[in-house]
Amino acid sequence: MSLLSFLDRERTVAGPGFSRWMVPPAALCVHLCIGQAYALSVFNLPMTKLIGISQSAPDDWKLTDLGWIFSLAMLFLGGSAAVFGRWVEEGGPRRAMFTAGCLWAGGFLLSAFGVSIHNLWLIYLGYGVIGGCALGIGYISPVSTLIKWFPDRPGMATGMAIMGFGGGAFIASPLSVWLMGKFTTATHIGVMETFIVMGLIYFCFMMVGAAIVRVPAPGWKPEGFVAPKENKLISKNDVYVYDAVKTPQFWLIWWVLCLNVTAGIGVLGQASAMSQEMFPGKITPIAAAGFVGLMSLFNMGGRFFWASTSDYIGRKNTYFVFMVLGFVLYCTVPFAGATSNVVLFVCCFLIIISMYGGGFSTVPAYLKDMFGVRYVGAIHGLLLTAWSAAGIFGPVIVNYLREYNITHGVPKAQAYNNTMYIMAGLLVIGFICNFLVRAVNERYHMKADNDTLGSPAAARG
Amino acid sequence: MATQAQDPSMTTKLVLAWLFVGIPLLAGVIQTLINAMKLFQ
Repeated sequence: MSLLSFLDRERTVAGPGFSRWMVPPAALCVHLCIGQAYALSVFNLPMTKLIGISQSAPDDWKLTDLGWIFSLAMLFLGGSAAVFGRWVEEGGPRRAMFTAGCLWAGGFLLSAFGVSIHNLWLIYLGYGVIGGCALGIGYISPVSTLIKWFPDRPGMATGMAIMGFGGGAFIASPLSVWLMGKFTTATHIGVMETFIVMGLIYFCFMMVGAAIVRVPAPGWKPEGFVAPKENKLISKNDVYVYDAVKTPQFWLIWWVLCLNVTAGIGVLGQASAMSQEMFPGKITPIAAAGFVGLMSLFNMGGRFFWASTSDYIGRKNTYFVFMVLGFVLYCTVPFAGATSNVVLFVCCFLIIISMYGGGFSTVPAYLKDMFGVRYVGAIHGLLLTAWSAAGIFGPVIVNYLREYNITHGVPKAQAYNNTMYIMAGLLVIGFICNFLVRAVNERYHMKADNDTLGSPAAARG
Repeated sequence: MATQAQDPSMTTKLVLAWLFVGIPLLAGVIQTLINAMKLFQ
């Protein structure tokens, strides 16, 4: 009972003397852990040899079967963020982080059991479903809390947390490889033990985040804070979560995010093959691996840089930059290929991928500007379905267009040109959607202030 | 940053909290940078 009350929102209200700079590390404790999802692929090859050890045996799992683990996790990320968003908002960040930590560790432990008895369905359930729910709840858990603590720099604050999601793979990837090396013997591949250790490490890490997170006391403002000047695109009113989805602004931003992510995710997954095929002999497989690593760094850095920049130039303008600059860069890539200019090619993709990350990290502050702070976490959760949709569109466009071009006799080096122009076209549509974003009609604003979250009728007055 | 005077022990807590998340992240970034350098070799 005492543990449950420790998780209550009321128990997380910061006392006098608390520094708001304690909250970003709390958020990072969660995001760095769930960011492991981006490094899941390091287990793919070892998991295809659990029986055969040195090579795959007939009863070993296939790569195509293992690919479903990540797809399920992403699907449940979007679904759980949408379904549990309001619960996260009303229960407070500590309850959400604690739940995410339990689910994340539980998912790893169940997956470890699945590995030990060689049952792939248990891994689908453990990592895919339970872990996917942890991803969704954990991802949105610190968003509104950070925005409340940093009303002067909401983009920077949420950018810092979401940067952690991009950076989680940097920790997980070498850690997984190192742990598997420690537990692997001549007759056994140490995936199960690695899952157990990682589950326990992540549990401890996420519990630290849940313990140190605090929400500001009602009416708290940072010292010297001056509310921004009258701006139609920065609302001072809150919109209830399920009213937000009735507004055109929600769906316009949904498409802006979806198109920006579609353009980025398609090339992110194919960067290694694309760079080698566009520059045969110039970019080796080892260099391509370095290129992918560099892209991951720009993906992470872009999350912080662009979200922080949006505090100064505005959210709408930041997305205009993504769309216009992205359009120019995508159109430049075929030219870089035709002129064999590797440096230009690399620079184009590094900037593109920084804007892909920036699209994720700037959107919570964009939503806060449109719909207010009160339900921003829950609305953000609903918006993450755009990510799930983009996860399907992006790779499909890139892969199928490449196949289509190659089967129609286009040389491999030029097979990606049409894809680049289509990505540029998507950004034009994104530009139009962003252009159409206006202030939310006041009929959607919550009418009366009510400290008890979760009562829309009361809140509406 | 808070409106009230900051708790003196808060500075220590802040340093510990940032080290707790910063050290693993920095180690991961350095490792990735080392791998990324292969692009220029």
